[in-house]
Amino acid sequence: MTEGYRTMFKRRQMSLASGQRSAYWQRLDWILIGASLSASLLGCVLVWSAGRSDLAEDPLYFLKRHVIYLVVGLALALLVSRIDHRLMRAYTPVVYGVSLLGLLLVFSPLGYTIGGARGWFKLPLGITLQPSEFAKVAIILMLAMMLSEKRDAESAPRDRDVLFALLVAAVPLVIVLLQNDTGTVLIMGTIIVAMVAVSGARTRWVAGMLAGAVTLGVLAVPLGLLKDYQIQRLTAFVDPSAEASAGSYAVNQAAIAIGGGGVSGQGLFSGTQTQGGFVPVNESDFIFSVAGEELGFIGAMVILVLMAVILWRGIRVAMKAQDLFGRLVATGVVAWLAFQMFENIGMNLGIMPVTGVPLPFVSFGGTSMIATWLAIGLLLNVRIHSDN
Amino acid sequence: MSDRSNLRLVVLGVLVFSLLCTLGARLVYLQLIAGESFKAQAVDNSTRDLVTPAVRGLILDQDGRPLVANRVSLVVSVDRAALRKQDDDGAAVLQSLADALGTTLDDIQGRLLNCGTEGAPPLPLCWNGSPYEAVPVAKDVPDRLALQILERSTEFPGVTAQLQAVREYPTPYGSNAAHLLGYIGPVTAEQLDAQGDSTDISRLRATDLVGRSGLEAQYDTELRGIPGVTTVNVDQGGHVVGSAEKSPPQAGNYVVTNIDAPLQAVVERELRAAIERVRAQGGVGESGAAVVVDTTNGHVLAMASYPTYDPTIWVGGISTTDFQQLMDSKGLSSNAWQGALPPGSTYKVFTTAAAIDQGFSTTRNYNCPSEFRIGPQVFRNSYSIGYGKISLARALEVSCNTVFYGLGDAIWKSFGGYDTPVDSIDPIARAAEAFGLGAESGIDLPAEQAGRVHSPLSKRLNWEQNKDTWCADASSGYPEVRLTDPKKADYFTALAVENCQDGFRWREGDAVNASIGQGDTATTPLQLAMAYAAIANGGTLWQPQVARGILSATGEVVKEFAPVSRGQVDVSQGAITFLQNSLPGVPLYGTAASAFKGFPLAQIPVAAKTGSAQISGKDQTASWMAAYAPANAPRYAVVMMVTQSSTATGTSAPGVRNIMEALFGVKGQTVDPTRSVFPDGQPAMGMPHLASDGTPATPENGEVPTSLGGLIPAVVRRD
Repeated sequence: MTEGYRTMFKRRQMSLASGQRSAYWQRLDWILIGASLSASLLGCVLVWSAGRSDLAEDPLYFLKRHVIYLVVGLALALLVSRIDHRLMRAYTPVVYGVSLLGLLLVFSPLGYTIGGARGWFKLPLGITLQPSEFAKVAIILMLAMMLSEKRDAESAPRDRDVLFALLVAAVPLVIVLLQNDTGTVLIMGTIIVAMVAVSGARTRWVAGMLAGAVTLGVLAVPLGLLKDYQIQRLTAFVDPSAEASAGSYAVNQAAIAIGGGGVSGQGLFSGTQTQGGFVPVNESDFIFSVAGEELGFIGAMVILVLMAVILWRGIRVAMKAQDLFGRLVATGVVAWLAFQMFENIGMNLGIMPVTGVPLPFVSFGGTSMIATWLAIGLLLNVRIHSDN
Repeated sequence: MSDRSNLRLVVLGVLVFSLLCTLGARLVYLQLIAGESFKAQAVDNSTRDLVTPAVRGLILDQDGRPLVANRVSLVVSVDRAALRKQDDDGAAVLQSLADALGTTLDDIQGRLLNCGTEGAPPLPLCWNGSPYEAVPVAKDVPDRLALQILERSTEFPGVTAQLQAVREYPTPYGSNAAHLLGYIGPVTAEQLDAQGDSTDISRLRATDLVGRSGLEAQYDTELRGIPGVTTVNVDQGGHVVGSAEKSPPQAGNYVVTNIDAPLQAVVERELRAAIERVRAQGGVGESGAAVVVDTTNGHVLAMASYPTYDPTIWVGGISTTDFQQLMDSKGLSSNAWQGALPPGSTYKVFTTAAAIDQGFSTTRNYNCPSEFRIGPQVFRNSYSIGYGKISLARALEVSCNTVFYGLGDAIWKSFGGYDTPVDSIDPIARAAEAFGLGAESGIDLPAEQAGRVHSPLSKRLNWEQNKDTWCADASSGYPEVRLTDPKKADYFTALAVENCQDGFRWREGDAVNASIGQGDTATTPLQLAMAYAAIANGGTLWQPQVARGILSATGEVVKEFAPVSRGQVDVSQGAITFLQNSLPGVPLYGTAASAFKGFPLAQIPVAAKTGSAQISGKDQTASWMAAYAPANAPRYAVVMMVTQSSTATGTSAPGVRNIMEALFGVKGQTVDPTRSVFPDGQPAMGMPHLASDGTPATPENGEVPTSLGGLIPAVVRRD
């Protein structure tokens, strides 16, 4: 460490009143942090187990990266937790703009496709980014800002505000739809509906959006809005035993892995489905099957309980938020994490279609890990700026 | 904040936790309730059995000479799943494979078809194994060709060449014994289905070869052994990631037979010679059989059938042309125990026994006219020779039909005549059945024929089966025959009317015909040999046994089969003694005298009976000879039969004589036991001893099988 850096660090520490400093640490939601960190560490172990059979030349490849992403994510979360609300509002349009740019960049020659979705682009040093993960954060911030702007806490957003907010949120959603990333579209849609609802907007907005979602779902197949592989994934969900598509193979293999785990699991590094590579992408989308097979019902329930604790703390933060902006940010984060967990674990258990979304904290994937921890940072931020 | 916002936040919270509860419930179902079935699937998924086939046991003769051994062969197989991935379903690959193997595309494509599917060839050529297994299409492929196929794997996708253990036939002393030994073939889908979901290590697997006929089938479970199975854990790509369980293969047991290879060779040679004699004299000499059994215990010492075939044609899968030839030759089944024919005059021993037990005197003379009349029907003696008044023993010696017609007629009358109960078995048939005719002998070989004994009951059963046809013909009057020959049609119609109305009745003509072994009676040569053995040994009906015992591959005795008696023949001792005393006259002064001229009958008295049976549908009679010797201390019963034989006594009787010479070591007029086919002058006792390495201790002619020690490659496959 250089002398200059150390001095800077010291000066910064001194600039905070000692009372303020202890108040910050006290005001952090340690239960939330503890649950998130536990889930992430459990994720490390599972990624290690899933990854060691995939790359014989470097069995620790996935684990090493996963730990780095976790450390970066944790640091960013703590940083975000301290940002002043006014500053955050001020930078929101910038965040939004940058993430739109990122989303568009995947259509450039830099972008590439994984699992049918053109959602990634490569940076130098072998780093890959999935900008749609950050776009979730951008949508949350942008919606929270627009739905709460110039309002006091007691009044609901006007129809015009809601309309503008929806239009603004629709832009990244449409781009992600064009990237064929169905899973992220569903998550973004859930975030939007939840935030508009909690903003106190008139009931017809909420009812209208829900009705629209149902209609779209019903009409998607006859109108050809769903592509073949999407229909395949959905039908595999209805009848997992029908062979033919990649979706159903994964669902069947995951079910065999999880079902074969029994109460206490086959033991870490000992799951035959996991170690034999029978479940595709089990370090990422199907990481839950590793927990189910190797750690059994007990391990899988631990993950579910950790997720429940995180969501409970998130809802609590939303409840106790000091202003509508904070509440909406917390709501967006809860809706995001809740739906993504349900979608991911649900597809592992064969009750949701396979859409390729990672399990927050647990799945391997740098962008997802960092974006998830950013979301936790937002929750911590809202809590710190709450009344008590 | 607004109440609306608070309320909606609460609703959101409730929604979130209900989603989590859904996941929890599903987790309980998958892991705690349905867990077991998934566990089994996971095991299925991730383990593979590497099966090392067990070396199939050998089949040995009574001295331990291998009749069936093993060797290694290169077999070319085709994986149909790989072919289907080709654009043209593999037609081009198969064409070039056919060219390389020197066969036709049709032949290979036929072999790849599952039996029973459209266009599939008949059974041994079509594929009767598992639909998922690679199908063998060529055996004994030269090394160079196999290497070419393996090296040009891009040109031959789905085609492999593997070393396989295949059966080898050392044919000691030139013996063939194809029908006795049988053959092996791929396990059938039915056999696999029949064992259900067995996980037993010795269960049949889709790649297994099993015995399909003869001793190979009868003792399949002994011969098969237990395959070695290494259960390994594999990953999704099928790469082995660890080994779970391992059990080494256990070689199959050896079946030791009572067959004596030198004797078997002699019997086969003599049967062939008898048929050649017939053909040399302008006869047809269609088929034949010969059997030698030990009268003291029922051991089958030799058993031959003509036509026969080379059992090596089955090795590695029979070729289309070989199979067609085999079918055309009618040589696939044995005439010794799988074909029954009217026994002709050899049956007279049963008529004699019945007559004696019915009270007919053995000392008075019987009239032997040249013919016997029942109304308009005339029953003739052979060559229409009459002998005048002769004794019963003389009637057997010269085989006087009219004496036995008279006995049959008299027994028919005393048994009820036209009022004979239709469901009864008359005394003559009863005597024949007592000696084992009309029932399976119980030989340890599959698919034995039981034959029939003509009796009132058998006639009525036959009528039940045919009356509808007869009655229909009676009413239609053979319109097609009538067009060309009205007289013939009238005759046919009259017969049909009689058969239709009266065909169940046991009539005088039936009884008379049956008394000389004609009519509906049919026996296998093996049954007749067992019956004559029972006369020889004083009335014990043995169950014929081909196998003597089972040896482990290392030479320990696993089982020794004790002789099985089917009981004492239900005929008086007096009748048996009379036959024992009379039959030696046949080679001395009777129908076999010319055949046994010069045979040292004083030292080796031979009890015998000739027969010459008319067979419906055949122009020429079947020549029979049943004999046992020595008549004063019986040891061997010998039966020979040749169908479509132009001469009666010149065919089988000389054949039996030559077999007797080989048994006793007769050379000219002298008897020299050291010249016998048996080293000690008699069959071996007990079980043979094998060398310590498990190879049979082969005496003199030294045809030791290729030892297989560890040469068989493991077959990697999935169960």
